[in-house]
Amino acid sequence: MSVVSLAGRVGDSPRRVGGPDRVTGLQRYVADLHLPDELHAKLVTLPVARARIVAIDVSAAERVPGVRVVVTAADLPQPMPRFGPQFRDRPVIAIGETKYHGDPVAAVAADTKDAAEAAAALVRVDYEELPAVVSLEAALDPAAPLVQDPALRPNDRLAATNVLREHRVGWGDVDAAVADLVVEHRYTFPIVTHFAIEPHAFMAAPDGDGIAIWSSIQHPNWLQKVLADLLGLPLSKVRVHAPDPGGGFGGKQHTKYEPLVAFMALRTGRPVRLVLSLEETFQAVRRAGAGVNVRTGFRADGTLVFQDIAADYLIGAYADIADRVVGKGSYPGCGPYRVPAGRILARSVLSHTVPSTAFRGFGNPQVNWAVESNLDAGARALGIDRLEIRLRNLARKGEAFIPFDTPCDGHWDQSVRRAAELIDWGSPLPAGHGRGIAVGIKSGPTTGLSYATVRLLVDGSVIVFAGTSDMGQGARTVFAQIAAQELGAPLEAVTVVMGDTAIVPYDQQTSASRSTVLMGNAVLAACREIQAKLRGMAARLHAVDEAAISVDRGVVRLPDRELTVLEVLVPGLGRLGGELIGNGEMRKDAEPDHPLGGSAAFFEFNCTAVEASVDEATGDVTITRYVTVSDVGKAINPLQVRMQDEGAAIQGLGHSLMEHYIFDDGGRIRNLGAIDYRIPTSLDLPLEIISEHVENEDGPGPYGSKGMSEGALLCVASAVGAAVRDATGVAIRDLPLTPERVWRALQERP
Amino acid sequence: MNGMIPIQVIVNGRARTIEVAAHHTLLEVLRDDLQLTGTKECCLVGECGACTVRLDGRIVDSCLVLAVEADGGEVTTVEGLAPDGGLTRLQGSFLDEGGVQCGFCIPGQVMAADDLLRRVPSPSVAEIQDGLAGNLCRCGCYGQITAAVLAAAKADQR
Repeated sequence: MSVVSLAGRVGDSPRRVGGPDRVTGLQRYVADLHLPDELHAKLVTLPVARARIVAIDVSAAERVPGVRVVVTAADLPQPMPRFGPQFRDRPVIAIGETKYHGDPVAAVAADTKDAAEAAAALVRVDYEELPAVVSLEAALDPAAPLVQDPALRPNDRLAATNVLREHRVGWGDVDAAVADLVVEHRYTFPIVTHFAIEPHAFMAAPDGDGIAIWSSIQHPNWLQKVLADLLGLPLSKVRVHAPDPGGGFGGKQHTKYEPLVAFMALRTGRPVRLVLSLEETFQAVRRAGAGVNVRTGFRADGTLVFQDIAADYLIGAYADIADRVVGKGSYPGCGPYRVPAGRILARSVLSHTVPSTAFRGFGNPQVNWAVESNLDAGARALGIDRLEIRLRNLARKGEAFIPFDTPCDGHWDQSVRRAAELIDWGSPLPAGHGRGIAVGIKSGPTTGLSYATVRLLVDGSVIVFAGTSDMGQGARTVFAQIAAQELGAPLEAVTVVMGDTAIVPYDQQTSASRSTVLMGNAVLAACREIQAKLRGMAARLHAVDEAAISVDRGVVRLPDRELTVLEVLVPGLGRLGGELIGNGEMRKDAEPDHPLGGSAAFFEFNCTAVEASVDEATGDVTITRYVTVSDVGKAINPLQVRMQDEGAAIQGLGHSLMEHYIFDDGGRIRNLGAIDYRIPTSLDLPLEIISEHVENEDGPGPYGSKGMSEGALLCVASAVGAAVRDATGVAIRDLPLTPERVWRALQERP
Repeated sequence: MNGMIPIQVIVNGRARTIEVAAHHTLLEVLRDDLQLTGTKECCLVGECGACTVRLDGRIVDSCLVLAVEADGGEVTTVEGLAPDGGLTRLQGSFLDEGGVQCGFCIPGQVMAADDLLRRVPSPSVAEIQDGLAGNLCRCGCYGQITAAVLAAAKADQR
């Protein structure tokens, strides 16, 4: 029997809006779109990470029939335009020196893909390979070469180091705290990549006196600002088309090669398209690796006394959004617990590697792995059950567990207790099996601004304009359900328009699991504005006081009767027809004195529990049961909630068990592409996955919803690592837990 | 242009004569020459399954097949599964069971699942996971995709 309901109201799980085109192949992603007279672009990169560019000879490339332009740094405006969401440090194309393996030094545009590829291979680059720093240790060595020119960061005391920024947050007095037990360890987290199945794709075309851009981007409005700024155009002359991305996971938040294709389009006067290969995508986006030292103080009864965390994140050669990832990801590092004294120092460390960027979990999984694992180490040393120590320290609803932030906004113990129940915590296990349990918390958006426009048409159908990107999380469906609920339209009669900055009102961004709450509230407000107009119409039509009329779920209630929306709308609009338009705005302003620039709109909370067995002969880990429970406030679409939580879990199993970049000493990535870099397949799954969520309707979003989608990824590694420790008696503090690593650890077991 | 080779292929039931470059893959010809963009391009090394199509009765990674190798053959792409513009039972099951998130891998998943059901009408969970192991889904919809295949198989048995 089908698990979906066709009703489509809030709390139902209708078929995904936009779903049919995704199963028939009609859905158009950027690479599926073509423009008349388009040129095909190809990047030219070097087989090294860091090199001084001595000379570039493009003459042979230019002679290839069909080639229209070959661009190097010399062909771009001088000084080289730079961009970046935090620091304007990234050049449109490499100038003087390449900073990482894959940093493009030239780009070709030609009439055909073949010509572009042939010409790209003929661009002759004379270069001198330079020493590269590709690890935390190398980058932090005082003698290390500097990744960035200090002139990029004037008046910055750290500019002469590879530390881009330090983030300090804390409360209480860690140094004065007296603990019965102090546990200190260092944990590491690998560099992994998003591996969206859709490789990034970009197009640019001259558009009247402006430019049009197509990009598989999560933040079209942010891209619009970057391009307007780089090209000296008004915002209104930069039109960003953002077709639904084929997976984003944070990797498609920020500008990458859009400026390059824009300059090439303006130079040739023709549309230019650049579709990255998967290998090039690996060289465009990845998650920061990390080394995290944790010192945890406990009382004998397991009560936390202090947390002292020092986290170094290995970011890339350009900041992208990585430094925000470091600051925001480390910030809730002490976890969802009552910690009297906390101290967190997080550093973004530059290196000659691919610029790291946002990736589902946004810097939290790295610290979570360390802190949750350390909590287990303390529990074992104290002889306290690992579930019990969590419940004992867990913040209660309303408690200011981070003293200067939003208090605990859920009954988090409910998720923990439910996960423990579903994993049969405490029951006997077969030999070679172990259990782990961990919790994760993430600060939701700290600022936000979303506008929505809703149009109720004369036949009762609805168009919602919302600038969120639906990259698979299902935002279209959620907004359609809200509109259907509020305006009484069948779900099939609701259209959601996204992804065109010339048509859709401004939205700040699609990140931090914000859209159901922030854009959802904007859509709700727009619907309520239409409801107010309906009340006015009904009052006029029926000579009733407007205050005595209410609208609920498509029913207009007058004191003496109930009418459908259409029964009010059609006579209300009159002979000319037309429509009712509602606008909604949801704003969360910045708080300049807050360490993150704003308090959390909500927290994502998840508890993950794992049962695993370890093959002692091979080191292979099999997850026999996997439980994930998230506190979501209200599941507007329960099936989509489950899909997001299970998807996050499976994605997290990648960095927990199998995924990591391998660099050689020169900084070349040795496992580019799908053969050498493995992500979970249908054969790498837990034998059983149980996904549940807690709903207390206590979130700030529509109907009490909270953001979700990242929560279930935060503590995957911690729970898996704990189960492996439980099964084998060996604590491994480096990820991923590949068979080789586990096997080696077992050999060294005393 | 030099080196172009004429081939004849039946694509989704329609006979096509196309001039193709000797080095172009079936994937390139489907997407670029025939504008059948439902078949997706990702890894180009036969690992992700996004480009899965049916060629002469068996599924292939179209990124690993040269277009000239398909000469005289019969190709079905995701666009050709439901001839009337509707949905096959399997496609409907993907929607009903929540098998689709971003959707980019789905054409390949649907083609592989369709093939599996032709070969094994009532597959077990293990047979489904094995049959679809060559189709990556980074959204992690594997559980729902398996449920969709099971549901479609069950419906076909009725």
